[in-house]
Amino acid sequence: MKIFLNGEPREIRATRLDAALTELGYGDARVATALDGAFVPAPARPDTALAPGCALEVLAPMQGG
Amino acid sequence: MRTFYGETLESRLMLGTAQYPSPAIMAEAFRASGAGVATVSLRREAGGPGGLAGQDFWALVEGMGTRILPNTAGCHTVKEAVTTAHMAREMFGTPWVKLEVIGHTDTLQPDVFALVEAAEILTAEGFRVFPYTTEDLVVAERLLAAGCEVLMPWGAPIGSGLGLSNLPGLRALRAQFPEVPMVIDAGIGLPSHAAQAMEMGYDAVLLNTAVAKAGDPAAMARAMALAVEAGRAAFAADPMEPRDMAAPSTPLIGRAFLA
Repeated sequence: MKIFLNGEPREIRATRLDAALTELGYGDARVATALDGAFVPAPARPDTALAPGCALEVLAPMQGG
Repeated sequence: MRTFYGETLESRLMLGTAQYPSPAIMAEAFRASGAGVATVSLRREAGGPGGLAGQDFWALVEGMGTRILPNTAGCHTVKEAVTTAHMAREMFGTPWVKLEVIGHTDTLQPDVFALVEAAEILTAEGFRVFPYTTEDLVVAERLLAAGCEVLMPWGAPIGSGLGLSNLPGLRALRAQFPEVPMVIDAGIGLPSHAAQAMEMGYDAVLLNTAVAKAGDPAAMARAMALAVEAGRAAFAADPMEPRDMAAPSTPLIGRAFLA
């Protein structure tokens, strides 16, 4: 199905958030996730279903002031 | 020593991690500064080969051993700021958050109405909020009522390097809330600005661009640390009151008559 990863369209097979992160190449990376504008804590990822057209944000530590 | 949400900091200098010429120079600047806090942010991570830049950055910052203060930079709404704070708490494992809700794209002036609203939500959820605010006294009152135990008024717009633009306003804020830990955040361009903030009784200074964009960031970081220390020592020493007229410092009694 097509989802939007960080604003960009992506085609994925996974239907759960944890599996999608693996499929999208995040591996064991330290990331935080939000789905359709709502924070999804890491422990909730296996129980979080993705729907076609959903907006997934995957954030990581970055420089800041 | 005044604490920040119960934590005593080794240094009263808080330093940002952005805009350095290289990660190595950033680490060098932190070592030179002895900064007590490092601010960090969250941004999109692409994933896949070559798309995990944030991981290397985090490894470097974690290795510095500096206390982390995540920010909500770039957020323009309460919802964005609150969601970013949630993500930052999980990511960095700290309830501390530098709460920024930007109201104006050009000046990066905080939207103080949204700031108060977001602060109420986050403090109720157990966050330790460091609100990036103006020197407005009423906003400060509202932030304290919202549960903030630290205030971070700006010195001047972010990245401007102008120093403390509104000295009377910042003096009034300091005098109005003498027991509240306060950090001058943004606008510092020179060590003299940082020293001035500390001489006025502010408890710490948070800066980034002035160090990162200096020709020699590590040397400037050291200069800022010295200025913060000097300014704090001066405040503790109870400075003299300035006066308009001259007053001879050398005693007149016993002066030779040589006319």
